[in-house]
Amino acid sequence: MLIIDCPNCGPRPETEYGYGGQAHVAYPEDPHALTDEEWAQYLFYRDNPKGDYAERWVHSAGCRKWFNAVRDTRTYEISAVYRTGETRSETQKGA
Amino acid sequence: MAADQTRRIDAGGAIDRSTPVELVVDGTTLTGFAGDTVASALVANGRLRVGDSIYRGRPRGILSAGVEEPNAFVLVHGDHDESMLPATTLELVPGLDVRLLDGIGVLDQKPDPAEYDKMHVHADVAVVGAGPAGLAAARAAAATGARVVLLEQDFRLGGSLLASPAEVVEGVPAAQWVEQVRAELEAAPEVRVLIRTTAFGSYDNNHLIAVEKRAEHLDGTARDGIPRQRIWHVTAAQVVLATGAFERPIVFADNDVPGVMLASSVTTYVRRYAALPGREAVVVTTNDSGYAAAHALLEAGASVQVLDARDEGASPVVASAAQAAGLRVRTGCAVVGIDGDASVEGAWVARIDAEGALVGDAERVVCDLVAVSGGWTPNVSLHSQRQGALHWDDDLAGFVPTAAVRNQHLAGAVRGTYWTDGCRAEGDAAGVAAASAAGFSAASRSTVIGADAVAEERVARAGRTRQLWVVEGREGGYATHFVDLQRDNTAADVLRATGAGMRSVEHVKRYTSISTGVDQGRIGAVNTIGLLTRVLSGDDTRAIPPGQPGQDETASGPAAGAARPTPGAIGNTTFRAPFTPVAFAALAGRSRGDLFDAARTTSIHPWHEAHGALFEDVGQWKRPWYYPRPGEDIDAAVARECRAAREGVAFMDATTLGKIEIRGADAGEFLNRLYTNAFKKLAVGKARYGVMCKPDGMVFDDGVVLRLAEDRYFATTTTGGAARVLEWLEEWSQTEWPDLDVVCTSVTEQWSTIAVVGPRSREVIARMAPDLDVTREGFGFMEFRETVLASGIPARICRITFSGELAFEINVPTWYGLQVWEDVAEAGADFDITPYGTETMHVLRAEKAYPIVGQDTDGTVTPQDLGMSWIVSTTKDFVGNRSYSRSSHRAADRKQLVSVLPLDRSLRLPEGAQLVEPGALGDYTGEGLPSRPIPMLGHVTSSYHSQALGRSFGLALVKAGRDRIGQTLIASFEGRFAEVEVADAVLYDKEGARRDG
Amino acid sequence: MTMTAPEDTTVEVAAHVPPVDRARVLALRRSPAQGLDEEMRRGSGAAARLREVPFLTQVAIRATPGRDGSLTETLGLDLPTHVGEVAGAGDGNGLAVLWLSPDEFLAVGPDEAESGVSPEAYAGGLAEALGSERGQAVDVSANRTTLELSGSRARSVLEKSCELDLHPRVFPVGAAVATLLGSTGVILWRTGEDTWRVMPRASFATHVVRWLLDGMREYR
Repeated sequence: MLIIDCPNCGPRPETEYGYGGQAHVAYPEDPHALTDEEWAQYLFYRDNPKGDYAERWVHSAGCRKWFNAVRDTRTYEISAVYRTGETRSETQKGA
Repeated sequence: MAADQTRRIDAGGAIDRSTPVELVVDGTTLTGFAGDTVASALVANGRLRVGDSIYRGRPRGILSAGVEEPNAFVLVHGDHDESMLPATTLELVPGLDVRLLDGIGVLDQKPDPAEYDKMHVHADVAVVGAGPAGLAAARAAAATGARVVLLEQDFRLGGSLLASPAEVVEGVPAAQWVEQVRAELEAAPEVRVLIRTTAFGSYDNNHLIAVEKRAEHLDGTARDGIPRQRIWHVTAAQVVLATGAFERPIVFADNDVPGVMLASSVTTYVRRYAALPGREAVVVTTNDSGYAAAHALLEAGASVQVLDARDEGASPVVASAAQAAGLRVRTGCAVVGIDGDASVEGAWVARIDAEGALVGDAERVVCDLVAVSGGWTPNVSLHSQRQGALHWDDDLAGFVPTAAVRNQHLAGAVRGTYWTDGCRAEGDAAGVAAASAAGFSAASRSTVIGADAVAEERVARAGRTRQLWVVEGREGGYATHFVDLQRDNTAADVLRATGAGMRSVEHVKRYTSISTGVDQGRIGAVNTIGLLTRVLSGDDTRAIPPGQPGQDETASGPAAGAARPTPGAIGNTTFRAPFTPVAFAALAGRSRGDLFDAARTTSIHPWHEAHGALFEDVGQWKRPWYYPRPGEDIDAAVARECRAAREGVAFMDATTLGKIEIRGADAGEFLNRLYTNAFKKLAVGKARYGVMCKPDGMVFDDGVVLRLAEDRYFATTTTGGAARVLEWLEEWSQTEWPDLDVVCTSVTEQWSTIAVVGPRSREVIARMAPDLDVTREGFGFMEFRETVLASGIPARICRITFSGELAFEINVPTWYGLQVWEDVAEAGADFDITPYGTETMHVLRAEKAYPIVGQDTDGTVTPQDLGMSWIVSTTKDFVGNRSYSRSSHRAADRKQLVSVLPLDRSLRLPEGAQLVEPGALGDYTGEGLPSRPIPMLGHVTSSYHSQALGRSFGLALVKAGRDRIGQTLIASFEGRFAEVEVADAVLYDKEGARRDG
Repeated sequence: MTMTAPEDTTVEVAAHVPPVDRARVLALRRSPAQGLDEEMRRGSGAAARLREVPFLTQVAIRATPGRDGSLTETLGLDLPTHVGEVAGAGDGNGLAVLWLSPDEFLAVGPDEAESGVSPEAYAGGLAEALGSERGQAVDVSANRTTLELSGSRARSVLEKSCELDLHPRVFPVGAAVATLLGSTGVILWRTGEDTWRVMPRASFATHVVRWLLDGMREYR
């Protein structure tokens, strides 16, 4: 079980959170300007790295806020959490 | 009473001789003492033999004195029989009645009346294991004021010290030292000591899971209110693993005969339990530790002969102690076979060469006990569960941790530290380090030796272990050279696996089943790996994929040409939780029966119960399904309820709908972006039905939205969608459009909602709300009013329909829900107002083809597929819109919602029934599987009997369904076929004439 | 600290009902755990006791601290600023504002029968005080009920299904958080050394009462 450090509420068990997939995949500015293939990329394609992965979580049972976390997919260690809208700083990028 | 304890040693042992305890074993009553285990009571009564082996039916005996036991399993008779408990860890308590098992248990089919529970605790430092290392660590951490949890699986603290009570620790006998530390820990306010508690799982973020066996239940009797077992969830800033080590047996012919016992366990029986396993003993060892058993036996009056497999014999200190004690020691020798079937009658002893093969003839030595020590394996399970690194230490002849996991510490035998002062010193250092890392500091206890010195001394203290992986027998073959006793696997099985081409230790495990028993390889895993080093070449091991725990990181195996790989070239199988077996009941805890899951009820629930409703689970909600009157079945009740709604008046508890208040200057814009239809221009006081889609264009939820004020909306969601819709709104507001001035609050449970439905509903509402103009002109469809009911209760009343009939929904604060429901019942009594449940609701809405999200849709259905193109705006953009121009969304053969009418008007199709073209069945008769795939056109999503139409009907998703209206298709279900006609989805009141009453 | 309705607030609902009748209306309320009184009484013992504190006034507030119009003035309290913080009556005796997120709060005050202030009117006043600022004040008094678990083993009862650290070092008296109790979302508020408020949503009240009572049996 993970303990995730909510940027607002501090460390809480994984059961309090919802998972939101890869972070920093913005809704396209103008979806209609995209080709079908580009739109399909947005809808269905996500990275699957071995190592650090920036992903979204929502603290469903707590503050109900979405935020981002950088998790190592090999070890499940979370090296950084930061609020939505904040950029991941160099120090948060982990090893 | 103790007269029958023929093998009880006269003095000593951590047993209470003043408290005899009776034990029934297979119907025979024995006695032991408080402080015994079932196994030690058996030993004290001269019984080493237990149940037979699982597959080969060979007699087996007690092999160990702990959790690694592979033979001595019992079933404890109780209110609920519990199987496969190792006799070696089962504490002797009054009333215990056990049956010896032949390697396999039987799950009791009776319900288990005992209770199980869970507890979540947090600690600064959690220490696993209460031997000298763990006790020292807990003491050191506790002294800093840190919150400490000490977990010990035994019912006594002390670990290895329990088998050496006279050993001097910090100037006092070990038994006294343990008591001192225990008193110190128990006096500390922030320390929790849990005995009978096995940490069986170690998870991310130092989350340990342990199971505690409560003393009150050891005799198998359930106690009201007191859990039989408790699962402890321990979250610790720092963890100290002081989990000790397991002794390995030696693989020789007939090494499973009762009377062959691990040497350290012999010591434990003699010194901890004052029980003598044998009077004439042979100790066979590959290392110095075996000598302790010889000394213990000798002091207890047994005759002993030591066979040391090492040509050079023991380390000087150990050798001179043996000499001083007068022990007979033969070096370069081993037991090569056992005489006896049901008990050891003699051991065949011979000189062995470097390969473990006999040199010259074997000699028969009369004995009744063979104590074996094949070396030690650090208990790294919890360390390795966290992917803690291991490596093969050729000097210590074991897999040892390379470094502790982050925020963890290792102390004692788990690191290969095999002497008490070393363990204690390491424990002390680990406790201080752990507390300090958790923010609590204190000076380390002054110690004779420091932790660094321990590391330097470790190998010298352990002495050399001969890596003797197999001893040849007097005859050829390895069919009785047991490797995994519980699984009845031998060295021959390992050879069979390698002969079949298995190279990876994981493959060998699965080919043979070695390490899959209760002891999870504690007895056999390393010996198996050792055997593999004897039969695989360096070239073989280079073919083994890397990544096993303890496997060398560099290209595995020695250089080409080297004859023999090391165990490190092979590695271990993966360690997984649970460390020891855990009952499912314990994992379930109190989440069973009525408390299995939260049952959500509305404020009106007591009325539904009092009026005989049957309930349907909708998510966690308990919703009235229908209200049968005496003599009615579901069909009769639902027909009556439907008739009331279509012809008179009926009412339903609609409280479970999700409700969200949305406010902000941009609230309209926000809703415009998330619903397929427009809400920005909705007039205050009006309501509109809306559909929400995911970006892929698929229907996600639906509901009615009210505009309360210029900047306030009130959205309803499906019953099951309340939480996810709110999360969805928050997601877009927070992550994509934070610039929009909009906020949302869930008010699902603030409001009770009562739907009043049917041609006479207007009259009921008029009585309920005398201030309200309920006329057709005064209160239009899809409008709402704030009012005060005749009772004085403020209410919001909407004119919304989910049946096509004239209908109203009364919303009142939940506190008033029951009162208002009762008032509605009274106001409608002379119209025979009828309560209805979800079944009738479904029939009414299906007749009108109002879809249920999640029943008629499944995440692959668009509004257009549902025949609801009218709700998809073409003048504004919204989430999902882009997808409607994708080719897949415009395909002609998309599945569309239609109704299906069975030609047999009484046939109710099962939901999920498949629909196919007539003729597509070929020769398929419905028996078994068709000879070739039959193309499916779609499936039935909803199916009911319509009271209004006087026939059965269904809704279905069918490829190009709307083009098929009028066609006959075949429904295939449960091996049967039925003809159905495809029809327009809306079957009742197509013109919508009824909604205004 | 007391809860008062803003004087300049006119609330349509209250206007319809003469004050004399309000008591009669309030008598029609049924609290979510009302039918469980006897079960709770029987399940309580010296070490752990459970009761419902019904009909507390609760207002869900969404607001950005510092940009909340005259909200804090109307409340008479500053909005709490961090997780766990409760502004005002941390012991639950009076008006308290619980932090739920950086822009979400729950104001909790006495029952209308005690304060004479209707929740609708109170929420309406707060909404008005917010003015045109981004935010919300919504009456959610009936959305949750309040259970009070007290006694020397109250913390142990909670630890059976609450995964948070309830040690006073971490969870002091006067702190409140939104979390899970078993699988059920609750607001957990420590109002005294051995006294906790557990606030489930109304539909979960029966389950949470029975769940807590089941955990209390060991300490009876």
